[in-house]
Amino acid sequence: MTAEDSAFAVLGVLGDPVRRRLYRHVASTPGEVGRDAAAEAVGVSRSLAAHHLDKLVEAGLLEVSFRRLSGRAGPGAGRPAKLYRRAEGEHAVSVPPRSYDAAGRMLAEVVEKAGLDRELQAAARAAGAADPEAAAGRLEEVLEARGYQPFRDGGTLRLRNCPFHALADEFPALVCGMNLALLEGMADEEWTAAMDPCPGGCCVSLSKNN
Amino acid sequence: MTTFHLAQVNVGRIVGPLDGPELSDFVAELPRINALADRSPGFVWRLVDAGGEDSTGLRPEEGDDLLIINCSVWESVEALRNFTYHSDHLRVLSRRREWFRRMREAHQALWWVPAGHRPGTAEAMERVAMVREHGPTPSAFTFRETFPPPNPAPNPTRVSAPAPGPAPVPDPAPVTQAGRA
Repeated sequence: MTAEDSAFAVLGVLGDPVRRRLYRHVASTPGEVGRDAAAEAVGVSRSLAAHHLDKLVEAGLLEVSFRRLSGRAGPGAGRPAKLYRRAEGEHAVSVPPRSYDAAGRMLAEVVEKAGLDRELQAAARAAGAADPEAAAGRLEEVLEARGYQPFRDGGTLRLRNCPFHALADEFPALVCGMNLALLEGMADEEWTAAMDPCPGGCCVSLSKNN
Repeated sequence: MTTFHLAQVNVGRIVGPLDGPELSDFVAELPRINALADRSPGFVWRLVDAGGEDSTGLRPEEGDDLLIINCSVWESVEALRNFTYHSDHLRVLSRRREWFRRMREAHQALWWVPAGHRPGTAEAMERVAMVREHGPTPSAFTFRETFPPPNPAPNPTRVSAPAPGPAPVPDPAPVTQAGRA
């Protein structure tokens, strides 16, 4: 099986709409999700949720761990609950084939070597400010649409996902600096961006100004 | 059993003198960022000059007034990575081109030191030279390609069972960024 075939096989698992809703729920939730909570969030029975969640684990899209939710241990504490979280890997497929990631990596290499951090940040800030939804003050919707998976934590918006993960891993100073400028461009004067990493997600959080 | 800590050095060529207008924001940010490093998880030590506040008074290469050095020790690569890229330090890091000239050759190095060891500028510059000459090796490497700490010598007097939890024998193979994807 080629890499493209495996990507199709994995993503094909998400073709079922209930399964897709379950995946989205688990992937965008910080921490781990139990079967009951996932079933309730998606509005299906516990047994149907369990079936689909295990299919997602089989496909490598979710990972599983066992923990006693009651906090009790020893005899009488009951069976440990099965908890789900997003798996680490990335799966992408394009028809016809496109390689924007390869182009992105080469461009990043050149921008890094040429020392064009400031030019990149200016472009990112301008791109963020030019987003019509952002300009209309709908920051949460913009972040959702751009794949940051925002969630509210009191008055703070935290970002469960880093849309630039692999590039940020390879060129952290350059790409995280670009991302911070992009987010600052999207945020209007109501929000302040801060460096405040969300485990496994984006390092920036946005707080509502008083 | 010897515990190893991670030493880090980077040198930078500033665009003008430290007391000049180009570097004023950099100098103003130093106390805050150094204080942040000092209280970051896994921070062990950092090199300071005779003034005792930071290392901006040190010149690792004689006669080169614009080359400054930064050297510190951390408990792990992850601890240093978290401070460097995932804390407020990124805000100043993202302004690096305002204050530092881009250097064509390697300007940083990571290496393992026995816990308690405090590297000096000569040792640090030696490690930078090693990266320049050989690329990343277990003796001097980079964030892009890290190596595990040296294998600790087995302790024959230990009779108790090993502590639970992950304690694998360090893999001698490089842990590259690509390898973790």
